[in-house]
Amino acid sequence: MIYVVIVFLWTSILLYILLGGADFGAGIIELFTSKGNRSKTRKTMYEAIGPIWEANHMWLIIAIVILFVGFPKIYTTVSIYLHIPLVCMLLGVIARGTAFVFRNYDAVKDDMQKLYTPIFVYSSLITPFFLGIIAASSVSGQIDIQAQDFLSAYVFSWLNWFSVTVGIFTVSICGFLATIFIIGQAANDDDRSFFIRKARRTIYIVMFCGALVFVAAYHENIPLASWIFGDTLGLTAIIAASISLIIMFFLLQRKKPILLRLLAGFQVTMILFAATYSHFPDIILLKNGSNLSLLTHQGQAKAIDTLGYALLIGSIFILPALVYLIYIFQQKKEVQETY
Amino acid sequence: MDDFLAARLQMAFSLGFHIVFACIGMVMPFFMSVAHFYWLKTKKAVYKDVTKAWSKGVAIFFATGAVSGTVLSFELGLLWPTFMEHAGPIFGMPFSLEGTAFFIEAIALGFYLYGWGKLNPWFHWFTGVVVGISGLLSGILVVAANAWMNSPAGFDFVDGKYLNIDPIKAMFNDAWFSQALHMSVAAFVSTGFAVAGVHALMILRRKNVLFHSKAFKIAAVFGTVAACLQPISGDISAKDVAHRQPAKLAAMEAHFHTERNAPLIIGGIPDTANKRVDYAIKIPGLLSFMTTGDFNGEVKGLDAIPKEDQPPVAVTHYAFQIMVGLGMAMVLIALLYFIALWKKQQWLKSNWLLKLFVIATPMGFIALEAGWTVTEVGRQPWIINGVMRTADAATPMPGIAYSFYLFTGVYISLAIIVSLLLYRQITMVDKLYDSTSKLSKT
Ligand code: HDD
Ligand code: HEM
Ligand code: HEM
Repeated sequence: MIYVVIVFLWTSILLYILLGGADFGAGIIELFTSKGNRSKTRKTMYEAIGPIWEANHMWLIIAIVILFVGFPKIYTTVSIYLHIPLVCMLLGVIARGTAFVFRNYDAVKDDMQKLYTPIFVYSSLITPFFLGIIAASSVSGQIDIQAQDFLSAYVFSWLNWFSVTVGIFTVSICGFLATIFIIGQAANDDDRSFFIRKARRTIYIVMFCGALVFVAAYHENIPLASWIFGDTLGLTAIIAASISLIIMFFLLQRKKPILLRLLAGFQVTMILFAATYSHFPDIILLKNGSNLSLLTHQGQAKAIDTLGYALLIGSIFILPALVYLIYIFQQKKEVQETY
Repeated sequence: MDDFLAARLQMAFSLGFHIVFACIGMVMPFFMSVAHFYWLKTKKAVYKDVTKAWSKGVAIFFATGAVSGTVLSFELGLLWPTFMEHAGPIFGMPFSLEGTAFFIEAIALGFYLYGWGKLNPWFHWFTGVVVGISGLLSGILVVAANAWMNSPAGFDFVDGKYLNIDPIKAMFNDAWFSQALHMSVAAFVSTGFAVAGVHALMILRRKNVLFHSKAFKIAAVFGTVAACLQPISGDISAKDVAHRQPAKLAAMEAHFHTERNAPLIIGGIPDTANKRVDYAIKIPGLLSFMTTGDFNGEVKGLDAIPKEDQPPVAVTHYAFQIMVGLGMAMVLIALLYFIALWKKQQWLKSNWLLKLFVIATPMGFIALEAGWTVTEVGRQPWIINGVMRTADAATPMPGIAYSFYLFTGVYISLAIIVSLLLYRQITMVDKLYDSTSKLSKT
């Protein structure tokens, strides 16, 4: 049952990155779009994401619940030593979620929008940035449970070049997912080629940020390269990811939005796989050299079993409904009844 | 500010904030579905307008409830890591099921909000009902987790270790039923009165009277029926508390001495130093009767509890008085409303009844917050009743006071924006919903 639970944990993190990421990306793209094209981008994005965004951050919650029910020691270690970036991420989540609703449901469309929009776009940037920092810090070996002073226990646990670059990389991935997603949503050919240009640019940016991560890892003496390239499976995943990136580059011009989306999703899946597989089952690497592992730090068997059953039963209800929801709203939209 | 106090206050603020949105998020969908049902049945445009106006409200509250809930699930670890390390696996069952309920709620809401004109009308209506049911279910589940903190079950506590965990037993602990029942009814009371109050105010101002009267009636019926059930459910809760947490009951009642034929103390100012309550109304024997069913039954007082295990008396007592007082006030309003519905139709047209509802707008929510204060403060100094002390559960990280200021600021600004948004929503009714304004003019 422990493996069922781990698969759910991994999948919910992946889905949060994919669906939530495209969602954050929407805000990021808006930030980097010139004024003239902004409202077009926003409208297209909103149509694509509106119906499912409510469900998106549920993946995050599920991951958290799995952690505290199944792996309490891991949950509490992260909560204590990464308190500050977690709070920053939470502020982003609050600001973003509420700003999104406010700007779409405010009965009066007036100057208040000028307040909501910047909150929305900047929090779209901040949230994945800190998410990346948290993920990177858990494996960067800087969490020091013996530290005596505030700075080394609660600040340097996450503030280092490696974590920061992973944060930036996460932001770029979100932007990338959003641009790929939006292509299929374009209303006409002009918009399409506009979005394609955007997509191409974000692909360059993703590659650049990815390279930065390696530089930073080298600088911080984190054996990232050997984690990823030292292992056949990890290496295969990375190669697959690169190949799909290249294919995507050539496919951008063709009208195959679904294929593009699948490839983008596949690529991110492979990156996450490579990043996590290399030191599975350890998920927290501590400064003192010991690790917190999903297998040795799991909760008592009974807790894991019931958690596993709860997840299995839950997914029987959820998955079909979710798929149906996405399917319905991907159908060519009639004029939305507005009021 | 001392870190421990800051952590407690931050938790209390976050929960106090979340609960308002959670309640509205679980009850409004029912109001909305009733209006929607009338629209599908009668095809009167006004019902469609009410449904749509409310569904916007639901969306706003849902999102705010969802983000504040997300924050809570992190805060449990950020503020109380020692608690979560031990309690997580035990009381996690309701949380993992709650995940499913939330998910269904979010998906159903997606269908509902974006489904106008795209889905079969009755399927569309049904998705609205699902939003309500799954919201209610998640409320019940999370309260079961809280009940576990009051009435720990499903593990053996041996030498400081938590052995033989049984999450199912933990979920169905002794307190879950009385608390979940009381909470669910409270959600209907507070949301019903709040919504009815706002619409009553608009009727008094003679704005879109048709629209607001329909809305008022739906909310008022839900709220008043629930208000009458609440004292019954409260009585069940009180008996339960007397049985499982005598210290909490003693603090609620400011009952300092163990005695038979114990009086029910209403109001008054507890004087902890001299162990007495000044200026209170005392009804002899009633407390004994209410908790044991016998006027001569023995009720434990605070003197039966070691000093270091006693909860704060004054806060618990005041909060309890506020909750019960407001509860009774709402029962009274409810009775007047029923008389008006059945016997005195002319009262419905008169202003004083509407004015009463306007005055009652915040009562339910104040009672709700007071009730949680009773439950949570009354459990102190324990975070897990009798097992773990709150002070031992707090995070080792210093500087929580700053995080408390930060979150307080965030919550206050959110509350302001949400209120502003609702205000605009309500004042825009005549511009947005043409069908009614035309109707109400004719
Ligand atoms: C609209 C809100 C509301 C109203 C009118 C009342 N309550 Fe209440 N009460 C709550 C809202 C609430 C609550 C916020 O929902 C609590 C907190 C925890 C819980 O389960 O319900 C609560 C807790 C609570 C408890 C403590 C339960 C525990 O710690 O497990 C008792 C004994 C009562 N209530 C009793 C009453 C009585 C006798 C009422 C008579 C009118 C009453 N309540 C009205
Ligand atoms: C939503 C309604 C709730 C409200 C308004 C509420 C209110 C409060 C208050 C006032 C406190 C501070 C008590 C004190 O420090 O004296 C508190 C503490 C706490 N509550 Fe609740 N509570 C609610 C539900 C819950 C639930 C459902 C849980 C968990 C499942 C929970 C977990 C805690 C924890 C962990 C603390 C901190 C430790 C403590 O002070 O005991 N609460 N809450
Ligand atoms: C008695 C107290 C509580 C009640 C009755 C309650 C009820 C609810 C309800 C009905 C929702 C749905 C959102 C909406 O419709 O607005 C919600 C959202 C949420 N709650 Fe609470 N809740 C309580 C306390 C807590 C606590 C203590 C936690 C965290 C540990 C929590 C975590 C969440 C989360 C994560 C969400 C977001 C789910 C979503 O996206 O739909 N809640 N809560």
